[in-house]
Amino acid sequence: MSKPLSRVLATPQGVVLITVLVFALVLSIINPAFFSVATLIDLLRNSLVTGIFALGVMMVLASGGIDVSCTAIGAFAMYATMKIVLGVDIDLPIFAFFALSALIGAMLGLFNGLLIGILGLPTLIVTLGTLSLYRGVLLTFLGTTYITAVPREIIAFSRKVLVRMENAAGQMVSLPYSFLVLVGVAAVVAILINFTLFGRKIYAIGGSEEAAERIGIRIKRVKVMIYVLAGAIAGLAGMTHVTLSRMANPFDLVGMELNVIAAVVLGGARITGGYGTVTGTLLGVFVITMINTTLLMAGVPSYWQKVVIGGLIIVGTGLPIVIERLSRHRERISRSLSA
Amino acid sequence: MTLEAEDKPAVLEMRTIRKAYGPVRVLADVSLSLAEGEVRCLAGENGSGKSTLIKILSGVVGADAGTVTIAGRPQGNDAKAAISAGLSVIYQDFSLFPNLTVWENIGFLAAVTAGDTLHRRSARRALATETLKRMRVEIDPDTPVERLPVASKQLVAIARALANNARIIVMDEPTTALTRSEVARLLEIVGALRDEGVAFLFVSHKIEEVFAICDTITVLRDGRVVVEGPIQEFDAASLVEAMTGRSIDSRRLPRIQAEPTAPFLSARKLGRRGEYTDVDIDLRPGEIVSVVGLLGSGRTELALTLFGTLTADEGRIEIGGLPVVFASESDAIDHGIAYVPEDRLTEGLFLNQTIRDNIVVSSLEKNLRAGFIDARALAQRARDAVKALRIKTPDVSPSVATLSGGNQQRVVLARWMERDPKLMILNGPTVGVDVGSKREIHELLVALSRSGKAVMVVTDDISEAIALSDTILVMVRGKITGRFDANDVDEDQLYNEVIKEGRA
Repeated sequence: MSKPLSRVLATPQGVVLITVLVFALVLSIINPAFFSVATLIDLLRNSLVTGIFALGVMMVLASGGIDVSCTAIGAFAMYATMKIVLGVDIDLPIFAFFALSALIGAMLGLFNGLLIGILGLPTLIVTLGTLSLYRGVLLTFLGTTYITAVPREIIAFSRKVLVRMENAAGQMVSLPYSFLVLVGVAAVVAILINFTLFGRKIYAIGGSEEAAERIGIRIKRVKVMIYVLAGAIAGLAGMTHVTLSRMANPFDLVGMELNVIAAVVLGGARITGGYGTVTGTLLGVFVITMINTTLLMAGVPSYWQKVVIGGLIIVGTGLPIVIERLSRHRERISRSLSA
Repeated sequence: MTLEAEDKPAVLEMRTIRKAYGPVRVLADVSLSLAEGEVRCLAGENGSGKSTLIKILSGVVGADAGTVTIAGRPQGNDAKAAISAGLSVIYQDFSLFPNLTVWENIGFLAAVTAGDTLHRRSARRALATETLKRMRVEIDPDTPVERLPVASKQLVAIARALANNARIIVMDEPTTALTRSEVARLLEIVGALRDEGVAFLFVSHKIEEVFAICDTITVLRDGRVVVEGPIQEFDAASLVEAMTGRSIDSRRLPRIQAEPTAPFLSARKLGRRGEYTDVDIDLRPGEIVSVVGLLGSGRTELALTLFGTLTADEGRIEIGGLPVVFASESDAIDHGIAYVPEDRLTEGLFLNQTIRDNIVVSSLEKNLRAGFIDARALAQRARDAVKALRIKTPDVSPSVATLSGGNQQRVVLARWMERDPKLMILNGPTVGVDVGSKREIHELLVALSRSGKAVMVVTDDISEAIALSDTILVMVRGKITGRFDANDVDEDQLYNEVIKEGRA
């Protein structure tokens, strides 16, 4: 194996990047029409919701936690928002829909945050519990029916597109305005984690909670904030999903959470905390979406997606560890004993 | 009052500090002062109240009575206030962020103290490089801390304190994980900072360092200050006596000369590429053999090979004259070999589990009754072990984490003794253990070997090797370069052997 290649493969992002390239290459050989702007646009559109969720989850992972409840928060927030808006029956700008959904998401995130930050409960247990709790409350008290008669602001918003073009098969593909939600969330998260002390505290806590406490970081407060933010981002993801599908289905979204976490981990965040970047996360989301959609396009049965994604997670996170071990072994063999 | 303290203002003043946890009195009327540019040693055995005093000083724990004044300002139970008053504690584990770069680690404390909202990269990075330059330390500020060797982490922790304008630096057993030359470098830096007016409170129980660096000393025993004064008033023997309350001989332990017997385990021309080569070693029942070498000399790898953790590329190992190959640690254990690891905290113990479980975990099969474990017999066995090894605990049910370092080490010993091994390999058996317990562990090991076990000790502590061993092997860069009878060698001679060619 050549040196540069092994260095690229030594990080999860490197493995992901190479997978993307190999995949694109193979698919464009099978189907030359694949390699086009239209395909790219289609992939971007399909990554939207997962991408927004993933950015919130990335922050949680960077702090050393895990959030499996994000999709339940998203589903709850979007469905509750639709119920409220349809109930009050006033014309609201589309911005208010997103704001309301984010607010509801933030409140559900706050509940996670209080349990985790203040009571100090383990994050996996708490979010596993609230995943079921939020979904249960949603279906029991808010309803189980599809809302297809969505307000016209949503219809109008979903018709606005940034780009629209025809793909090789003659179908229209488009990149809707809601792509801007992903861009906006990505920008805000990037600024937060790179340019504010709050953001750096997330990484500090993920690196060593005890050390963070000892230098005077109020870790409880930071943790609560992280889950509130992750909740608000999940609310935005839920609303984005509504604008894409032009209906509110309370059974949607939940079930995606493992895909979201897989994307974040493939993007270089570590389950043990302390690591994670916005670009890495978006790359991870892109590759997962690509596998899901392109395999379908290539006529591969949908069960295969699971096989491929599972394999990629193991290779993407395992290969860097194996390479690291190999290079340490080689270093030992080549060391000289000049005593 | 010391000479230094009289002509310079006191930056830290602790008066009649009292603290009790429930009915247990931990500190009784402890007073301590520190002047600008003073290096004071806080000495005392484990359990003497040092850690509690530091916790009170740093505001993590409140005192029951008494006052703490930093730079003229009275302090309460507030860690942040103590930090902004100029106090920094460097913990034994350094409390750094492994995932962040050197510069971000150094700048973080200052940023938190200043209450920054924005992450001012260039300013923080400049502060960090400037601080490292001031310490005359060369560490790449952009390296993640997890890639640094232990000694550099220590320096980063000091730099972090300085970057926050610390005037008082408390160092909790700072040299535990360092080699001799690294300790020398650290002491140099402490000396230079003292000249700039930084005051140090140095918590240590390594006698030689105390004399090398400190101006004054406060000795705690059972929560009271037993003596304090300028270092000139002490010598090693009086200091040890003050700490332990009894006189402890630091010389070689008396023993019956070992009978020459056939070796239990011998290795011939043993080698592992890149780590050690051409090692001949004989381990006999009733004899203690020390392998002395610097960190990275291959001493640990040799020990791990004899325990089956690593495999040798060349040479052979024989047990009782028959060649053996260890495919894994359990092969070595089946042959009656036990290994007590270097870092007792991370490698050997289940800290959150009870003393009982830790002692009996590797010998559960001894108390099987019709396939089920007999819990009562287990507990009895653990209690017997606690008594035999003089582990200081009221019972076997508290978790190991509640024990002091020396007692934790004994729990590890106890666990292996329960398996009745023929050969015990101990790696740094007294790292982080105080003087009194150290001597006791040494006595224990000598008694163990005289009872017919082969004992191999891996260490970089030269006085330990001499006090403890019958035979000393010196390892330099993967080769055994010297063999000594411990009766015929002195510390200076051995020290020169150990660092020979190690400086290249």
